[in-house]
This record gives sequence, C-alpha cells and structure tokens, in this order.
Amino acid sequence: MSVAETVSGQVSFIPVDGSTVAMQLTGSWSNEASIKPVEQVLEDLSAFKNLKLVLLRAQDLAGWDSRLPAYLLKIFNYCQTQHIEVDMSGLPEGAQALLKLARAVPERAGARRTAQQKSTLAEIGKAVLNGLKDAKGLLAFIGETLLAFIALIQAKARFRTIDIFLCIQDAGPAALPIVTLISLLVGLILAFVGAVQLAMFGAQIYIADLVGLGTVREMGALMTAVIMSGRTGAAYAAQLGTMNVNSEIDALKTMGISPMQFLVLPRMLALILMMPLLCLYADLMGMLGGAMVTVSAFDVSLIQYYNETQKAVDLTDFGIGLFKSLVFAALIATAGCMRGMQCGRSASAVGDAATAAVVNSIVYIVVADSVITLICDRLGI
Amino acid sequence: MTSAMNTPHITVTNLTMAYGDFLIQRDLNFTIDHGDIFIIMGGSGCGKSTLLRHLIGLQRPAQGDVFYDQQDFWHASDEERVRIIRRIGVLYQSGALFSSLTLAENIALPLGEFTHMNGREIGDIVSYKLALVGLAGFEDYYPSEISGGMQKRAGLARAMALDPEILFFDEPSAGLDPVSARLLDDLIVSLRDTLGTTIVVVTHELASIFAIGTNSVFLDPDTKTMLATGSPKKLLAESSDAKIIQFLTRGESNANKSA
Repeated sequence: MSVAETVSGQVSFIPVDGSTVAMQLTGSWSNEASIKPVEQVLEDLSAFKNLKLVLLRAQDLAGWDSRLPAYLLKIFNYCQTQHIEVDMSGLPEGAQALLKLARAVPERAGARRTAQQKSTLAEIGKAVLNGLKDAKGLLAFIGETLLAFIALIQAKARFRTIDIFLCIQDAGPAALPIVTLISLLVGLILAFVGAVQLAMFGAQIYIADLVGLGTVREMGALMTAVIMSGRTGAAYAAQLGTMNVNSEIDALKTMGISPMQFLVLPRMLALILMMPLLCLYADLMGMLGGAMVTVSAFDVSLIQYYNETQKAVDLTDFGIGLFKSLVFAALIATAGCMRGMQCGRSASAVGDAATAAVVNSIVYIVVADSVITLICDRLGI
Repeated sequence: MTSAMNTPHITVTNLTMAYGDFLIQRDLNFTIDHGDIFIIMGGSGCGKSTLLRHLIGLQRPAQGDVFYDQQDFWHASDEERVRIIRRIGVLYQSGALFSSLTLAENIALPLGEFTHMNGREIGDIVSYKLALVGLAGFEDYYPSEISGGMQKRAGLARAMALDPEILFFDEPSAGLDPVSARLLDDLIVSLRDTLGTTIVVVTHELASIFAIGTNSVFLDPDTKTMLATGSPKKLLAESSDAKIIQFLTRGESNANKSA
C-alpha cells in the first residue's frame, strides 16, 4: 500500500450520553500520515461539558506505529488532569500494552526540568561567584604546582623521565615548522608596514632597526606564545581532560602517585625549557623575513641590513624577549594543565577545557606582555 | 596472609556523603573484616560508587570517619594517607588504564615507583600478573587495541601489581559476558583464599552478590542511608525490610506474595 492511497489518520467524536464520548480513530497512524495536531483534539475534547468517560475506538486502523501511542498518551495525561476516565479496550491490543507500559511508572514529582527565568541580577551574581570559584581554582593549582616543583628540587618527585623527553619533543622540535612559517611572515609584514613610511623619507635602511627591535623585543615571543597556546596548551588540556574522563587520574591518585608530579610537572618543564629556544629561533626567522623584503624591494644590501641590525639590537633586547617567552611558557602550561585537571567527566567538557585553555592563555599572555612592556619602559630598558 | 581473619580492616563511622548541599547518604556505620568479600549494593543512583570514592581517598566525607585498621584515614597527614593508599588496589569500572602506555608499562608503573626491583624482575612480575588474569602475551598491546573485557582484566592485573591488602572493585561485571563475569568472581574468591586479600565490591549483580559476598551493606536512595549490613544470604533469609527483599529477589517476591 503506498502512502498516497492510504487515508491519513482521522479523529472524530461521537457523543454516547451526557457524560460519555467515544473517540473514533480511523485511517493510517503511521510515520508519513498527516494527522490533526493533538492540541486541537484536546480543545475539541474540552468543549464537552461534564465529561466523565472517554471511550477510545480504533478497530479498523490502516496501520500504526509509535505515533498512535504517543498521541494517545497526551490524551491520557490530559484526561488524568481533568479527572476523566479513559477506556482503551477498543484499541489494538499491542497499543493497549504499550500505553500500559508507558504509564506504568508515574512521572517522578520534580524530575521534569522547567526553564527558569533568571533576573539580570541573579545572572550577574552567578557570574561573579563563578569568577571567584575560577580564581580559587587557579590559586589552588598554582599552589599545588609549586609543591610539585619543590618536590622536584628535593628529588622526591615521581614521574617517568621518558615523559619529559616525549613532552620536549612535542613542545620543541615538532613545533619548528609552524614557528618558522609564522615568524618569517610576521617579519615580512613588519618590514612592509615600516618600509612604506620610511621610504617616503628615503630612510629604508631603518627598516632593519624596526624589524630587528620589533621582532626581538616583542613579536618573536608573542607569536611563539600564541602558536604554542593553540598547539601545546590546548593539547595539554585535552590530554589531561580525557585522562580525567577515563578515571586515569583517579587511578594515579589511588596508586599513591601525585598527578601534579606525574603529569603536570613534565609538561610544564618541557614547555618552559623549549619556549625560550623557540623564541630565539623565531627572532632569527623574523629578521630573515625582514631582510628578504628589504634587500629584494628597497635597494638595501644584505651587508648593510646586517650591520644596521647589529647596531640596533643589543643583548638587553634579546634578554627582554627571552624573559617574556619564559613567562608566557609558564602561563600557557598553567592554563592548559589547570583546565585539563579541572575538566568535567564528559566529552563536551574536554572540548570546553581545550577552548578555555586557549582563551585563558591568550588573555594571560597579552596582559603579561603589557605589564612587562610597561615595566621595561619605566625602567628605561 | 598474616593478619587474623574476622578483625576489623576498614571501619566506617557516621559517614555522611554530600556534593556541596546535595546529600548522597548519611549515617553510614559498618565494618569490613580482614578476609571479607564485602559487597556495597543498592539500586542505581544510591551512591555506591560515591561510597567507594570515599573509601579510597578520592572524595572527602562531609562528616564522619573511615578507619583503616585503627588508623583514621581522613584525619591522617597527607603522607600517612598516601602510605595507606599504597596498601590498596582499585579496579575502576572502565579499567582506567593509562592510554599512552602499553599493558606491560601500565602494570610496571607502580612496581617501578614503589619497589626496588630491576627491569628484568619487574618484567617477570608483569608477565605473571597478566597470566593470572588470562592475558599472557598481551604485554605490548595498548589499551585501545584490546576489548573492554580485556581492559578490565588488565586493570585488575595493575590493581594487583603490588599485592595489595585490600582490593576494591567498581562494578567488576558491568560490560562482561556471563562467563567472563563468572571467571572474574572465581578469581576474586581465589585471591581472598590464597592471599588473604580483603575484597570490597560495588555491584548490583545478584548472581555475584550471592556467589561471593560474605558481608555487605545495603544503601537506599530514598531514605538516603543504609538499611542493613551483613552477609547477603543472611539478609535475604532474615531481613524484614521489603526494599531489601525486593532487591535481592529482583522484585519477584512481591509477585509471589500477591499470587
């Protein structure tokens, strides 16, 4: 039987006596049928006054599936609230059994969630409380990290040495290609931006100063940090979060091994060791990018560019850049590991942890960068 | 092995468990003796696994104490607590194997951290423990490469690595076929018989409860406290509490009564 030939489900009411009405169901009650919305039927039903009993009749249905019991369940629930009896002996036996089953366990009082309308004030309060909880979590995590580092210094920390090397491989050499690409391009961009202005005064040679100082003091450390927070910080959060979901962190704890020492310490150490090296490499790449633009497009020789850079950039500038990258590394590792360790126990929580790790570390990085730059300016270095 | 049977191993007094304001269970009092196979049972969502987390040091009680032998677990110093924890082994519901390590590395981890054995000796112990749970030859597999039931058995091998005094099992037969579940039950009993290990099992598998349980506690989600403690068989024979009888008979006693 094709859908076109079947008559879609029909509902009609036949009053029997003053307090009884028969509800006649005919046609097809399967998936494809177009059936009158149940709300309308309930409205029709409420039009009968003094109703005490509804007789359900459905002897000659052309076919039915879950739509029929789902439809009737709503009618049952309505009748229950109106204290109307329902007689379902006229239904197909299968439908009777299913309806009985669906109504066997009554809805648990208070189980259904109702959408709560919260006032703006309540939302603000909740946000503040969440913020406080976050801050408390951060402090606790920093404290635990310090304890782990103290244990490391006392040579009491428990972790696998091989883990450190694996983390170093992951946070160092494996990141070189992306750091190369981004730093080279940033150096290139810096050179172009500066060149347009400087060329107006015929001072193209000072592009070397601009690119050198900009990269070494600022962009090298900053771009490496942004790359590493997306690459490694997120990975830390996701790894530790998944271990949390899988009870692996619980298992470590009940083995008497501190997860802070075993999992967090190697990751932090690896990133803190590797970031300054990556930063130094990024500085070099940035200056190379600047040189490529300047030499090829602005009539400055490579030797001139090299000499100018050497004049402009001294060791202090490198020191500031490296110091920044060290701070950024600690921040990225903290945000990543903390979000992973505090992760909830579901797949979506792992995603949230990774997102929060990246967002947090980028905010931390930019704030820390501003503070350090400000301090350097005040100190005149 | 050396400790006398029928002396208290774990004592729980007035334990109240809660997540913040949300009460899970209150006023729990029971004793797990040396050599017991102790069952924590009750309907779904009554706090069985939460009780386990309190016993193994993963969650601090809202109130009350847990004693290991005579030692107060939650009021001990951190180092003391770690020392107690090293005497226990836990098999988690999912196995909780470290996914980045092979089975052999998983089992070798506690051995490497807490014993002075060399690599070869550790390797021998690892092979022996894997053989004990029927996984001989799977040393170099990663947890993701074996089935769920095998992961669980490997988890047990890791839990047994340091020959713990007490072994905790969280739903050991969940996700196992009946034959494997039965084999695991047999393994639990023989661990108790041969090594004198005290066993604590969270489960609601009736077959297991009656087959292996020598002592138990029954938690009720409605009244949020324990209803009884004692041998499951004895509880079935003597309890007058309808909820316990219903649980231990899969609700079939009601049908009998009404028939």
